[in-house]
Amino acid sequence: MPYLGSEDTVRELRRALSNPNIQSDQLRYRNTILKVIRAMSQGVDVSGLFSEMVKACATVDIVQKKLVYVFLCSYATLNPELSLLVINTLRKDCQDPNPMVRSLALRNMTNLRLPSLVEYVEQPLTAALRDRAACVRRVAVLGWAKLHNLQPNSEIDAAVVNELYSLLRDPDPVVMVNCLRALEEILKEEGGIAINKPITHHLLNRLKDCDVWGQCEVLRILQRYQPQSEDELFNILSLLDASLVSPHPPVMAATLSLFLSLCSSLPAVSLAALERVRGPLLAACGSTSREMRFTALCHIQLLLRSLPGLMGAHYKRFFCGYAEPAYIKQRKMQVLVELVNDENVAMLLDELKGYCTDVNTDTAQAAISAIGRIGRSYSDSCLQILTGLLALKQDHITSAVVQTMRDLVWVCPQCSDTVCLALEGCEETLQDSQGRQALLWLLGVYGERVSSAPYTLEVFIDGVRCEASLGVKMELLTTTMRLFLCRPAETQDMLGRLLHYCIEEETDMCVRDQALLYYRLLHCGIGETRKVLQGRRSDPSLGVLIGRPAEPISQWARSFNTLEPLRQGTIEMESASRGSPEHVTFEPKTNTDLSDTLNCSQVEKVHSDSDSASRRTDSCADVLASSVAVALSLSLSPALSPEEFERLWLQRQALHSEQGAEKMVEEEDYVCLEAWFHSTAIPHCSPQSLQAGLQLVNIQTLAFTPPHTLPWRVYLYTHAQHGHSGDAPRSTLILGELLHTGEANNKAGAKKGMCDGEVGVEGMQAERVREGVQTTDDGLSGKESVRKEEGVKVTLKQQPRDDQALKGFLSILKTVLHTLSSERN
Amino acid sequence: MISQVFILSSKGDHLIYKDFRGEAGSDVVGVFYEKVTALTGDQPPVVMSHKDLHFVHVRQGGLYWVATTTADSSPFTIIEFLNRLTALVKDYCGSLSEKSVQMNFALIYELLDEIVDYGYIQTTSSDVLKNFIQTEAVSSKPFSLFDLSNVGLFGAETQQSKVAPSSAATRPIQSSREQGGKSEIFVDVIERMSVVIGSNGVLMKADIEGEIKVKCYMPSCSEMRIGLNEEFSIGKSQLRGYGAAVRVDECSFHQAVRLDEFDTHRILRLCPSQGEQTVMQYQLSDDLPSAPPFRLFPTIERDSGGRLLMYLKLRCDLPPKSAAINVCATIPVPKGSVSLSQELSSPDQSAELKLQSRAVDWQIPRFPGGTQLSALFKLEVPGLSSASMLEVGPVGLSFELPKITVTGLQIRFLRLSPVQPGPSQRWVRYVTHSDSYTIRI
Repeated sequence: MPYLGSEDTVRELRRALSNPNIQSDQLRYRNTILKVIRAMSQGVDVSGLFSEMVKACATVDIVQKKLVYVFLCSYATLNPELSLLVINTLRKDCQDPNPMVRSLALRNMTNLRLPSLVEYVEQPLTAALRDRAACVRRVAVLGWAKLHNLQPNSEIDAAVVNELYSLLRDPDPVVMVNCLRALEEILKEEGGIAINKPITHHLLNRLKDCDVWGQCEVLRILQRYQPQSEDELFNILSLLDASLVSPHPPVMAATLSLFLSLCSSLPAVSLAALERVRGPLLAACGSTSREMRFTALCHIQLLLRSLPGLMGAHYKRFFCGYAEPAYIKQRKMQVLVELVNDENVAMLLDELKGYCTDVNTDTAQAAISAIGRIGRSYSDSCLQILTGLLALKQDHITSAVVQTMRDLVWVCPQCSDTVCLALEGCEETLQDSQGRQALLWLLGVYGERVSSAPYTLEVFIDGVRCEASLGVKMELLTTTMRLFLCRPAETQDMLGRLLHYCIEEETDMCVRDQALLYYRLLHCGIGETRKVLQGRRSDPSLGVLIGRPAEPISQWARSFNTLEPLRQGTIEMESASRGSPEHVTFEPKTNTDLSDTLNCSQVEKVHSDSDSASRRTDSCADVLASSVAVALSLSLSPALSPEEFERLWLQRQALHSEQGAEKMVEEEDYVCLEAWFHSTAIPHCSPQSLQAGLQLVNIQTLAFTPPHTLPWRVYLYTHAQHGHSGDAPRSTLILGELLHTGEANNKAGAKKGMCDGEVGVEGMQAERVREGVQTTDDGLSGKESVRKEEGVKVTLKQQPRDDQALKGFLSILKTVLHTLSSERN
Repeated sequence: MISQVFILSSKGDHLIYKDFRGEAGSDVVGVFYEKVTALTGDQPPVVMSHKDLHFVHVRQGGLYWVATTTADSSPFTIIEFLNRLTALVKDYCGSLSEKSVQMNFALIYELLDEIVDYGYIQTTSSDVLKNFIQTEAVSSKPFSLFDLSNVGLFGAETQQSKVAPSSAATRPIQSSREQGGKSEIFVDVIERMSVVIGSNGVLMKADIEGEIKVKCYMPSCSEMRIGLNEEFSIGKSQLRGYGAAVRVDECSFHQAVRLDEFDTHRILRLCPSQGEQTVMQYQLSDDLPSAPPFRLFPTIERDSGGRLLMYLKLRCDLPPKSAAINVCATIPVPKGSVSLSQELSSPDQSAELKLQSRAVDWQIPRFPGGTQLSALFKLEVPGLSSASMLEVGPVGLSFELPKITVTGLQIRFLRLSPVQPGPSQRWVRYVTHSDSYTIRI
């Protein structure tokens, strides 16, 4: 920052620099130059001294030389003509017997960044590539990269590139690594340096000579190499094993990155590598440098996405130190939430409880919301802590607790009783709009169970004139309407007042329009109002129940060891605590690409085809795989259109006769299987949760009847792939039907129903699907025998035949259905 | 790849600015400072971005050490580099502060010039760098009576000089070369404890991170042998001998350490380079060989006048001959606490209510092993409710245990070869710090 009197400073310095007395005294001359540099780094514009400094360049004093070069490199671009004068001195220095002087001159010659000087620089650079001293060669190699970037459009000199390739064999490791860097820059347009087998193995053998920085660079560049055979791959991996557990975090991270890219088709090896880096990563988490701690924590979060159990036993390492900065504490809490299990839950909650009263309000709120997250699996103990915190009567804590409770109730409706009891009296401490919005939402949805709800609302309505927050006003309208539906006598009067105020006096259009809408709705009758307002009270998706599924490594492997994981803020934690849950959590789960890549393979396999998309789908594992005996992967691609489904289903017509719980009808390449799933709950599931649940394991539902109708049907399909280690994997198409006929209906109706019309509807509204499914009697249906037992009949058709895949599929399907029905119960 | 490196003081003064690639202007320094000062508490400040430029910074010595880089570069590498840079600056300038950086800016420019070329890290080894660095460090030594006390009557060495002064290791590495100063070597065993003790006095968590650091101020030292305890063992299963084993869970060494005698005799061999380096790092979890150094017995109640009474007894379980120093207990107190009255067991202690951090800080300058101290705090809290008791605790302790390692790791011997000509001094120092010592109430 230029300060007053900078012109005087420059004038003073110029006088001193051109004073012959000072010039003759080396020490005074050097000190004057030092003053110039000091002024420069303080932000004073000293570019006016350029010609004086050029003169100072011709000296034998190396320290003075270095100082002048610092100056020249900063201001050369402003004085291209004067810079020409320096070139002579620099070229002379390039012939100096002292290698330090040579490298210094060369480095600064290339650092001047003047395209006009390129012609003078090329010759000394070429000579320096063959210099005796390694330090000169190091500078020369990078010099070519600088030169190339100065004139990006010029032709690449093939001779230089060849020279650089040959310098990869230089005895000095830094020269070698600099060659890699320079070639990467020069050949950027061609995709960087060509990495072939000899270069790869040369680099790997030299790896141990390099220092930490060199190793990282080599490992990064090797990511581009594709081993030609499995043997070669494993040779490389075993060479790298030692650096995977390196005590230097940069080397460890770079090696893991390389491992993941080399083993993208070998998920089992990748997972083993993740296990291996656990030690070094944990050590980095306890590093003295808090920035390093933070980096390690962010990367552990990435790893946990694929291997949720990775850190389970080490949860104590993520307890927060009391003096740690808030951002580390919050990351640690995010990790802790992921690590919770039956054994450590008590310990973890005890620890988190301690953070809830932290001086830093953000940390306190993060801790409270972390407890809420754990509450999804362990609701009782968490609710106990949360209600205990309400007694503190501090606004930021109460607000966080109410918001957390709202989010918790949304996914775990069974908590609502406790929450309703706890709500009494909260409104007095709540200050911020987020917390009050959450309270209003809860009052609206569970108004009939909170005895004081109308009185609380009355306070809000009386104060609506002074209410500043738009969100609170909107929420207040909805809440009052909802409460009116369940407790009309107590609420009617205040609803009238609120609507009157909002329509007549409110200036905000959104609030006014919403009030008008409700007003007109009430005119349509109470039934209509109820239909519109009584929305769902809980999150219909299955995600919470089966936990977050393990993601394939390929989902995050690219962002590993980049700045990406550090920049993703506290989004995950916060996403749930803003606004009403309907608007936030109710995202269409059907089109996440997560399910596209999810599948169930555990056994490593090598693909014969090189299609990267299919390899990606194979390189991942799933929790559900544990329930499947055979390695099986399901995928949704290629997609099957409803017409095709119908054709295949009808084509593969077979006769069934009921003989037991499971029966198989076999032909050459086609098999049909029937099984029973004993549950009455499934047909009452909402179509959304069924669809979401099945999509999680990559089963696509094509059509279904609305819940509670008889007969109840769902049609679904998937592609199954499974292979024994060794032979090529086979892909089979599985079509399926779930049928529930109900107790009364002993005789199953026509079974081969097919849908026409809007089959692909993935709508979230149950009503919309109603017309989507119609059974068409094709007349070919086999007669169902009488079935006393109640349940869901599963009919599967597969082509080509693969018994193991079919069995595996059936067990996956059963797991999903079981989970769904236990949710209902 | 590093585009620029700059060092800012905490007030935003430009101390050092070096542009390696000429891709972005120097105005980014201002942009960075605006961003870093605008951060709110919960935002992680380590990485920030401005357009397609990314700032990675570390804070050390009260200064911002910033590198600008591209999105795909490795955060581990950049942060390690910045940490290494601070260590080098510390080695060369003696200490790390705004003043020392300001005074030695020419030296730091010279260092940066040699360490990074065109944004690529060339070398950070002080052995290599010492051949290139020409500028002398300017060190600011504050005048201190302590220095005089080392000199006895008529310049005779006094007894005290047998103890290394704490300032001995904060000097520039290069000054020894010309001044023919003392050739010294320091081997420091530093352990950091993080402990959680439950409200019932049970040890919930104990982690120890330890490291052996060598600070070498020897102009020529070809090889050094460090002997650790013979009964030192790594991992859970491995036990050596019958005595009290010194055990750690995991252990890693600097790549220059040769371990050929480690398995049999627990000897580390290395050729130390000038300056400071971490020779060995180790961790121990959950299984402490001795009792945790401090226990707290709190009694907390409300008196009839609505005041909060905290009666704390703090016991130090160290061996009687040793002592903890600079002990500070931080006791979080309910929001709205107004004033504090205190009764402490000895006059050298002090206690203070910090309204900013809502805590009582209880300072104990020296705390001998095997003793017990007590304190009675009476807090005036308007509107104290029974729920407010939830806000009291957990207590955080910070302390320093000189001459003690919690794991029991000791240096048996320290041999230099060839035997140094002239006077050379070898120092072995042990210290345990509290990383985070939490006692729940």
